[in-house]
Amino acid sequence: MEEVDVEPAVTNIPAAGQGKHLGFAWGPGGILVYETHHQPKEAKGPGSPYIHEVRKDEDIYSPILRKLFNESHHIFVGLQTIRDELPSKNKKPQFVSVSKNYRSIIRACMEELHFCASDHPSNLIWNLCEVLFIDAAPAGSLLLHLLDWVRLHKADVDEKTREVLQSESPAEHHNYWDVVVSYVLQGRLEEARQMLVKQANIQPAARNMYKLMDTLLSKMPFYNPSGTQTLTEFDVKWRHWHEEVDRCLQDNSFASSQHLETICKILAGDEDTLLEQKDLLSTWYHFLVTRLLYCHPTVKPTELHYYAQSCLTMFLETSAPEPLDSILLAAFEFDIHQVIKDCSIALNNWWFVAHLTDLLDHCNLLQSHNLHFGSNLREFLLLEYASGLFTHHSLWQLAVDYFDHCPEFGHVYLELQIERVSLDTERKALKVLRICEQRQMSEQVRSICKIMAMRALKNNRLGSALSWSIRAKDAAFATLISERFLQDYCSKGTFSDLDLIDNLGPAMLLSDRLTFLGKYREFHKLYGEKRFTEAAKLLLSLMMAKIAPRSFWMTLLTDALPLLEQKEVLQLWYIVTHQIPQNIFPIQDEDIEVTKVELLRLALARNLAMAIVKEGTVEA
Amino acid sequence: MDGVVAKYVSQKISKTRWRPVSHTTLQQPEIFATGSWDNEDNKISIWSIGSNGVPAMEDEFEGDPQLVCELRHDGDVLDLQTLSVSQSWARAHHYPSDNAPCTGVVCNSPEIVTVGEDGRIITFRADHETVTRIIDNADSSTIHAVTYLKTSEILTVNSIGQLKLWDLRQQGNSPSQILSLSGDRVPLHCVGRHPNQQHIVATGGQDGMLCVWDVRQGNTPFSLMEAHSAEMWEVHFHPTNPDHLFTCSEDGSLLHWETSSQDTPSFLQGGRNNSMMSRSAMAPAGGNQSIISAWLNGDSSKGRLETTHMLPSQTLSVNSLDVLGQCLVCGTDGEAIFVNGQVPV
Repeated sequence: MEEVDVEPAVTNIPAAGQGKHLGFAWGPGGILVYETHHQPKEAKGPGSPYIHEVRKDEDIYSPILRKLFNESHHIFVGLQTIRDELPSKNKKPQFVSVSKNYRSIIRACMEELHFCASDHPSNLIWNLCEVLFIDAAPAGSLLLHLLDWVRLHKADVDEKTREVLQSESPAEHHNYWDVVVSYVLQGRLEEARQMLVKQANIQPAARNMYKLMDTLLSKMPFYNPSGTQTLTEFDVKWRHWHEEVDRCLQDNSFASSQHLETICKILAGDEDTLLEQKDLLSTWYHFLVTRLLYCHPTVKPTELHYYAQSCLTMFLETSAPEPLDSILLAAFEFDIHQVIKDCSIALNNWWFVAHLTDLLDHCNLLQSHNLHFGSNLREFLLLEYASGLFTHHSLWQLAVDYFDHCPEFGHVYLELQIERVSLDTERKALKVLRICEQRQMSEQVRSICKIMAMRALKNNRLGSALSWSIRAKDAAFATLISERFLQDYCSKGTFSDLDLIDNLGPAMLLSDRLTFLGKYREFHKLYGEKRFTEAAKLLLSLMMAKIAPRSFWMTLLTDALPLLEQKEVLQLWYIVTHQIPQNIFPIQDEDIEVTKVELLRLALARNLAMAIVKEGTVEA
Repeated sequence: MDGVVAKYVSQKISKTRWRPVSHTTLQQPEIFATGSWDNEDNKISIWSIGSNGVPAMEDEFEGDPQLVCELRHDGDVLDLQTLSVSQSWARAHHYPSDNAPCTGVVCNSPEIVTVGEDGRIITFRADHETVTRIIDNADSSTIHAVTYLKTSEILTVNSIGQLKLWDLRQQGNSPSQILSLSGDRVPLHCVGRHPNQQHIVATGGQDGMLCVWDVRQGNTPFSLMEAHSAEMWEVHFHPTNPDHLFTCSEDGSLLHWETSSQDTPSFLQGGRNNSMMSRSAMAPAGGNQSIISAWLNGDSSKGRLETTHMLPSQTLSVNSLDVLGQCLVCGTDGEAIFVNGQVPV
């Protein structure tokens, strides 16, 4: 057995007190737990009458997250179609935009859940994965993306700014310098300069110093990926600026203002000064990005892990990293599988990992990895997520599309799961049926139709039952129902559900009995319309074809009685009359009133006689 | 798409209906109701897109539908209708005694007619507590939808492809007329009646075909059009501009059909190739009739029928739609409702 990565969480089952034994069974979507006894002999009093269901994916039951599932389903289906249309070069922007769509849904849902949306770990992790893996920005633009990432997830600066600016004299607000430094830490130098102007205005004496700082800030070069400048040119320019900052520090240009001195040290990339701002940075990854900004703006993706690791150690010092920290660190190390694994453990739903993995797989980032069980990682996670959806009474429809896009096991999963959908109404049955028919799942189609037919039969709705069995092409069941129709006719003397039987059409050929039912009804119709010749012909062919159930022969012959006397059809009867007695003999074995048979014999004999006479007459 | 507002509502929507507005005012409808299905707790919810109560937004057509109230409902909501007089929501859904699902309801104030999977037709009066009349065994299979033709005449469609006309004044338990597509037994799921010409009805069924029938003229539909690739769940003529027709389907699409009465050549709009078959062998009866519906003289060879997709691509079933004035609302299995306030009619 493999070792577990983390200690499994303990779930307490209420009402299962001390000294009780629990039994369990795999149920739909989770584990069913019940109280039991260790040994049969121990049975003393009645145990707990409850069965507890332990579910693993509880987020599925949140009404707000249902929006997340539905919206992301839409994006997921769209993503699957991108795969082959475009050459891989043009796909990247598409994948990035898909990723952004996913994130905007996460954000909307988190906002509705009243979380601080931008701070929510799933959004943070996804965004970082987008920057590092999907967008895969090269050196230079990488830092810009990381800056955006930090700015997005450290939005409390803007709130503080609003507070400061709304106060009577912003420059004297107690948060003023926090705001300025935060701006600098995030590389939002333009905003920092605007704030500094306010301070400069109330300190005319220090104007030159502020002006110097303003120049420093405004001159800081940022890499422009769309411009013509090469990375080396930028690097030279940046070094030049950095030397200027260093010079200012050495000259003690800002010695008279502690705050400006700090800012200058930050600009110079002084690690100790940065670490002093722990409260403003609040996280080690903010520290990382700021450090990169002012020390290594041309950092390459491959070097990231080194800085990340050192920043984490420097920032956290002795305290242990949280799960989120390890996930982000793994991302900086480009260890995608570790990220997915840690996310699966840390987040209590499959939604996140399933969709992220799927997207990364589309970007061809997961190829090398195969599990020693099931298919690949993407399919495994999608199957888990979709199976979770299927246990939900309402979200099961979404899961179907996920299964469709799992090439190896999706179909099998769908087959097993779809049978468990309860069919409350015909409308729902039709929807499930459509799903099965589209995927050529004939076994499931048959079983659904059978369920519906049985239900209709139980409710004494023969017509409905017959319709369902025709749809399933279930000959045996159609025979059974036809039999019921004939029984009903025998006992009542009239047919029910004529609208159906009269319109069977080609469906009639499904089973012999059904054909007989349809044709027999046709005979009645012809008889009713006084088209005796045709009626007699039909009746004869029914008798000759031997598709009538034996128990029904008497009825048929009784029906034939009046026709035997019909002048127009005598001829016809003659041809086959001599065959009928042979067919009657088996009937005699059974327990039938003798008089009826006698009557039939008489009628047949009369018919034979008349036919012979008539035939003779014609020939003469 | 322009003017379309989507809202995710965390429940699968089975029905959407506008609250009627008076024909005399040129007011646009503001309030609609939705019914959900396949939830643990199903609900009927009333939504408002109007500005009353809600502070007016910049938009010309206010955005998000706001929830006004909702009501728990046992069992799936399969059909909803408004009572035009009291404008209340009365007995939108009724279970006959044996708990067979009721599949359709229609009302012509104060009368209400419901049909169900048990093949019964039941009539009520809104102001009476008891059932007015039950037609047992009205159908051997499930009746899927019902509509009024005239005050005392209703039309039902069933799961073996038949249309049955019932005269409620007559006592017997048999329909006055049965129409069907000969040979086919394709279940029909919905029926929509032409607002002015009561003999014209449109039906849609399991194969997604749209059929237009003239019920006075026997057994064949006037035209057959390939519309959707899966079950058509609802078909509606536009109540005031019946040259327009709307259909929605399990395949996740919502189509807008337009037939122009003028003899101008027009080109198929939208990205859809609609292949059409017309079995209009018979000429419309009564040549001296001044108004012949564009649906009945529709000659497919002239291509005067245009179809347009109304929804952005989406994969899950559109279960219901309702159109009134320039406003269209539809609900899907993807738990979204779409409101379009600028339907080009």
